[in-house]
Order: sequence, then C-alpha cells, then structure tokens
Amino acid sequence: MDIDINIKVKVWRQKGPKEKGRFETYGLKNISQGSSFLEMMDILNEQLINEGKEPVVFDHDCREGICGICSLYIDGYPHGPDEDITTCQLHMRKFNEGDTITVEPWRSAGFPIIKDLMVDRTSFDKIIQAGGYVSVNTGGAPDANSIPIPRHDAEAAMDSAACIGCGACVAACKNGSAMLFVAAKVTQLALLPQGRAEAKKRAKSMVAKMDELGFGNCTNTGACEVECPKNIAITDIARLNYEFLNAKIRD
Amino acid sequence: MNKLDPKIPAGPLAEKWSNYKSNQKLVNPANKRRLDIIVVGTGLAGASAAASLGEMGFQVHNFCIQDSPRRAHSIAAQGGINAAKNYQNDGDSVYRLFYDTIKGGDYRAREANVYRLAEVSNNIIDQCVAQGVPFAREYGGLLDNRSFGGAQVSRTFYARGQTGQQLLLGAYSALSRAINKKQVTLHARYEMVDLVLIDGRARGIIARNLITGKLERFAAHAVVIATGGYGNTFFLSTMAMTSNGSAAWHCYKKGAMFGNPGMTQIHPTCIPVHGEFQSKLTLMSESLRNDGRIWVPKKKEDAAAIREGKLRPTDIKEEDRDYYLERRYPAFGNLVPRDVASRAAKERCDAGFGVGTTGLAVYLDFADAIERLGKDVVEARYGNLFQMYEKIIDHNPYETPMMIYPAVHYTMGGIWVDYDLMSTIPGLFAIGEANFSDHGANRLGASALMQGLADGYFVLPYTIQNYLADQINIPRFSTDRPEFEKAEKDLNDRIHKLMNIKGEHSVDYFHKKLGHIMWDNVGMGREAKGLKKAIEEIAVLKKEFWSNVRIPGVATTTNQELEKALRLADYFEIGQLIARDALNREESCGGHFRLEHQTEEGEALRHDEEFSYVACWEYKGEEAAPVMHKEPLDYEFIVREQRNYKS
Repeated sequence: MDIDINIKVKVWRQKGPKEKGRFETYGLKNISQGSSFLEMMDILNEQLINEGKEPVVFDHDCREGICGICSLYIDGYPHGPDEDITTCQLHMRKFNEGDTITVEPWRSAGFPIIKDLMVDRTSFDKIIQAGGYVSVNTGGAPDANSIPIPRHDAEAAMDSAACIGCGACVAACKNGSAMLFVAAKVTQLALLPQGRAEAKKRAKSMVAKMDELGFGNCTNTGACEVECPKNIAITDIARLNYEFLNAKIRD
Repeated sequence: MNKLDPKIPAGPLAEKWSNYKSNQKLVNPANKRRLDIIVVGTGLAGASAAASLGEMGFQVHNFCIQDSPRRAHSIAAQGGINAAKNYQNDGDSVYRLFYDTIKGGDYRAREANVYRLAEVSNNIIDQCVAQGVPFAREYGGLLDNRSFGGAQVSRTFYARGQTGQQLLLGAYSALSRAINKKQVTLHARYEMVDLVLIDGRARGIIARNLITGKLERFAAHAVVIATGGYGNTFFLSTMAMTSNGSAAWHCYKKGAMFGNPGMTQIHPTCIPVHGEFQSKLTLMSESLRNDGRIWVPKKKEDAAAIREGKLRPTDIKEEDRDYYLERRYPAFGNLVPRDVASRAAKERCDAGFGVGTTGLAVYLDFADAIERLGKDVVEARYGNLFQMYEKIIDHNPYETPMMIYPAVHYTMGGIWVDYDLMSTIPGLFAIGEANFSDHGANRLGASALMQGLADGYFVLPYTIQNYLADQINIPRFSTDRPEFEKAEKDLNDRIHKLMNIKGEHSVDYFHKKLGHIMWDNVGMGREAKGLKKAIEEIAVLKKEFWSNVRIPGVATTTNQELEKALRLADYFEIGQLIARDALNREESCGGHFRLEHQTEEGEALRHDEEFSYVACWEYKGEEAAPVMHKEPLDYEFIVREQRNYKS
C-alpha cells in the first residue's frame, strides 16, 4: 500500500560545464509513494521556485521509459534501485520514510555535464552517424516480403534494437565504455539480411568513432548489462567483437 | 478566398497522385544544391523528410528540441502502423484503407489526401524493412499483422509494443546517414520561437539555443513544420513534456490558417489519473483491445464497493459484469474507434459504474485471453505493456484486470495545408501531426505513424519541388535583413517581459489550472455554455499569468522554466481557439462531441448540410477575434453515412 513519506534529496548542483559542482541537500515532506521519481523532482523544483531559488535542471521528456533522455545516477545506480526501468519509470514506493536519496548526473568522459544533472550525449549520435544504418535511399525499396527473415532472427534483432540510447551502460562502466551501445546497433543490423552487406564496414567505423570520442575499453565486467533498462545482453558485445575482428582480419 | 484553394488534381480518385507526379515541376540537381530547406522537428515526419530531402540534394537544416533526434515523441507510439498490403488475404485494399480512414474520421477529411495516404502506405513498409526495422514476423519469415480499432481487416504492422520506436530509429538512421554525408545539418537542443517572412513568403526562423539561451537566426528558401500536435494544452496528456504547439502557433500568428483546431483525440486506454502531483498520463496501446475485454460492474453497489476497497474486480461474477462495448457495438466489440470507446467509458463512469479509487476508471481484462491463449502468448504480445503498467500502478495485470481511462492523445487539427502540404503562407509547409489534413474528426489507431512517414518520405519530397522550382533564381538570404532583426527584437522584448514579472507562482501552477479548464469544458463532452465559460476563464488566467508568474534565474543560459513559460503563453491562446472552434461547430463528429447534438442512443450526430467543411481560422491580432473561413468538403467518391459499428 502506498503511503506518504518524508525524505531528503542530496542533489548535484553545477552551474555550467566549467564550473565547480557541489551537493545540496533538500528536505521534502509528504511525498506520495505512488508518484514517480521525476514527479518528486517536479515537487522539489516547485518548492525551490517558491523559495526564490533556482530549480534543478534535469533531462526528461516522454516519461514513459522509451525516449531515453532521462538519466540520473540515484543512490549509486544508473536509473535508480529498480530493475529493467528508466528513471522516469522509477516510483517512490522504492523509498522509505526518512531516506536520504543521492542524485547525480551520468559521470563519464564521453558525457560532459551541461548544467546540474543534464549531460551532453551527442557523442552517441556521432557514433550512429559513423555507420549505424543501412545505406538505402528513400524510394525504390523492394516489396517488404521479398526476403523472408526467420522469426528467430527478427526477434533477436528486435532484442538489440530495443536500445534507447540513454547511456546507462557508459555511466555504469568503470572504464566509461560505450561497447554495449555500439554492440546493440551492430548486432541488430548484422542479424538482418538488409544489414549484412555493410556489416564489416559498420563495425569498424562505429568502433573507430567510439575510440575517437574518448570512450574507454571493454574489460567484460558486465556492469552495463546489469544496469541496462532494456536488457541489452552482453552477448551483443561478443557479436561486435566477432564482426570487428572478422573485418580487421580481411584488411 | 483563393488562399484556401486545396489544389486537388483533377481526375479519378485513384489516378490523382500518379497524374500529379507525372506533371509536377522538378528541380535539377545543380539547382537543388543552391536551395536551403529548414525542417523543424525530428519525429517520424521531420526526420523522414529531412533525410529524404537531403538525399535528393537540397541543403537541409533540421532542428530538434531534445538532445538527439532519436528522442522525438513518435518514439513512444506503441501499437503499429497501417498499410494496405493485404498480406493476410482478408480482403484489404488501398480503397478499403482509404474508406476506413475517411469513415473513421467521421467524413471530415479531404478525400484526395486520404486516398494518397492509403496509396503510399505500402511503400512505407517496404522502406522500413529495407532500413532494418525488425517488424514482427511469422514462422515462415514473412511479416505478421494485428488488428486495430475501426477496421475489420488485420493491416497493422508492428514491432512488439514499440513500433513507433523502431520506425523512428529507422528514420533516425536515414537522417544520421544524411548528416554524415553533409546533406543535412542538425541543430539539436534548439527550439523554434518564430517564423520569419520576407515579402510574404516563409524565409527563415528564429530559434532559441536551449543551452546558451541565445536567439539565433536561420534563413532558407522554404520552411517545413513537423513539430507534432498541441495536446499538452490540457496539461495532462500522453504527450512528452517538451511536445508543444508553439511552432505551429507562431506560423498561425504570421498568417498561416489553422484548420479544425477543436478536433482533439481522447484515447480510451490510458492509465487513470491518480493525484494532483501527476505530470503526465501513460498510454496503454490500443493493440491491447485485440485480446483485452473492457467492462464495469453491472450493479452500482458492486462499483461502489470496489471504489471503497471492499471488493476486488476478481470477486465480481461473470453475470454481474457489463462488457459495455460488446453489448453496444456487437460488430466491432472492443475494437470500435477511439472516440466511440472513450465516450462509452465516460458514459459508464458518469452513470456511477466507474471503478478505481476515483470512480474514473474501467477494467481492461485479460483473464479470457490468458485462458484461451495461455499466459506465454499474452506475454509475448503485450509483455512490455504489462510491465510498464505494473511499474506504475503496482498491480499485476496477469492476475487482476488493468484499470484504464481516456486521456488527451492526439490533435487532428493543425496548420491548414493544400494538396502540396503547403500552408496559406507560400513556402511554409506542415507535415505529420502538425497539419490538419488526413484524419478528419477522429484518427484511427496506427494511422499517425502511417501519415507521418507518408508525408516525410513520399509526399513532401515531391510536392515541395513544385514550389521550389520557381525559386531557383532566388539567392540565399542574409539573416541581417530587417525582417530577422525585428523578429528577434520582438522576441527579446517578450522574454524580457516574462523574466521581469517576478510574481508569486510557478509556470506549472498556471498550466495545471489551464488543464482543468480545458478538460472540464473542452474535453469529451462539450456544450455551448461550458465552451463560452472556458474562453472567458482562460482570458482571466492568461492575464494573471502575465502579471504573476515567477521565472527564476536568467534568460541567457539553460532555463527550463523560461522554456515552459514561453510555451504556456501560447497554450492560453491555443486553448481559446480550440474552444472557439468547438463552439462554432454545432454538430458532433468524431472526437468532437457536442452534448446538444446526439442521437437518441447517445451517438455523435453530424449535420452534413451545414458543417461539411474544414474550419480555417485566421489570426487578426492579439485583441481581435479570429475570423473563420470555410474549405468545403465536397465528397465526389464516397457517400456519407452515419457511422455504424453495431452491425
């Protein structure tokens, strides 16, 4: 049964990319456990505005776990202490009376802080731009049923395609590696006949871009898989390695 | 009245689009390089248009309010996308998809546009499969389909409960490729804050950099608006937090007419409202109605006991349940169109049969489906939706029925466009949800994705050339021109004014109040008295906002409160226009239900003689009332009937 709780939130405040940041702690009273974590943040901001202070800046949009814009490192976990969800799907029933909740931005060399809890994830777009697509122009595509795709392959491709590009994998990784993100796209397209033609080129160019942008290496700790809100599997990284090595050997 | 010429090509319905394409003007490759196009928005319509236009050789500038084009709210569409492939051999055809869409829209859409939409629907599926969109497939490897509301065939293609996500990522991948090839320049975390006209033509925009707070100027030969709908006027909706109506509103204020603003869609299956602090409503896909059965208790005392927590839904015996959609609409049952399903839920709840703690909820029950198909099959079809529900409500839908209630979801109204998708301002185009054109008074499920991608991939790339072919001798414009200067100054004044009010209440305080006025008076059941009241109350609230809003911080940095305030300032005006349009339309049709105009059975009662037209509103200044012009909807090919989903 959901009840109202009194909590404290310890939030990272930082005025700009180059400024020094610090934690601020705020008290909140009578927060319904039925409200979402971001609604709690809304209430905090409303309180700050009413007190004449600046509200906390954080990224949020769809608030139903699919756009991937929300981030937040909550009590040491990307997307907070619940399984298979994004921050916007986290509810206050995961917290108890008297808790102090620590809220930080994603911390990684690949995601510089913009303000407070908002970070810059354009590096992910740049990786996709380097080759995360099938090179097909609009128009002239053959009939959709002209190439049958075994259901198993289509389902496996969908498992990888479910990535929302939130960056939790990078935030969770002690090396700040973007391997799971890259692997998900490489795997999706490698499993489908439409993506096979460019599979090798794609693996090479996306990995090269990832390295160029300052993401770390993968040491198979598996933290990314544990924290991924969409259950992207670490076996995708194995497939990325396979595609990448295969391509390199042929060079 | 020339301005409202829809420019529909002559000839038989099925040949209009082919004839158009055979005879339209084209722009040669060397000239394309000299022409710039601004596309605002990166959802299905915006991303597909930007990518396609870039591939063709135009210089495209694409603007995105989020940090990445992949976040646009098309991503949240769940159920599917319609196409007339007839892969299921159940009698589907282009004509049938066209007919269902016109009928679903309660005969208030334009025939020629809708036929073209149905015609290109098949190309969309081909295109998406070629991009690597992992649609659901049968064991033989061919594409699977599911059923959706308002149709008796299975024509909906889907990728689990994440079809919008997969289609958007497909369009995003095409866009990313075009960016890599330098065919498109992306401007992320920018919000369009004004449209700039030069000599009466759309020639650029002012956009606010959401990181630095700076106003920046961009010039082009044509401007394409793909910024979606204005449903967030209601505060609570299934829209994303940054989805807004402002870009379209700036166009309206610069002279683009606004078509059918009152046509808003209330989606029947959303998670019910549960408290004052709530920030948005979550949609549960219409696809759930394929297998879920909607009911409320037959007896008022049972409903009351459930509301008080004394009974559980599973305690109600089969004979004491009212499967009201199956009872009222035997032919379509739980798969009636959205407007019909929403009103039926409201009718039951208003009559005292609602459940949940508030009484504003009905059940969507999967017990029969689980018994018939097994839990595994139900999980494979709807697993992610069930998980989403459980995380929010903390109930397990495999064991107890879901609770749902209608919520604002989509706006059929939007910028008026002709067959070329061009507005009444030359050079200004509107695509996807931002225009008014294809869904009439009610959009069918799985048709928004279809329309967004149809406009972006297969319609605009042709029709925009018809305009640009005459522009090849126009050199690029300098953004130092006085038109840009003035637009930027006006905006700076507006921002300065807002920042200096330094009042007592937050932006959300006012937005929630606006939402209540809209939902109570301009929602599912509208009547003249309430609509007039809404217009007056909004005027008062708007005044209070402009004298008592508090925006902390400064305008020259990231300031999310200022962003919200600028959008809310427009929502007041949009809300008033929605109410004004609803007041003018003295009939019920689709999602627009006037209590004064209903049949004895409580169904929507159209008045075709008087209201077979698109209401096109023209802005006349801050203080003056807008003027309504009519675009008659003369049906050449279809006979209007009263919509019948009963037999």
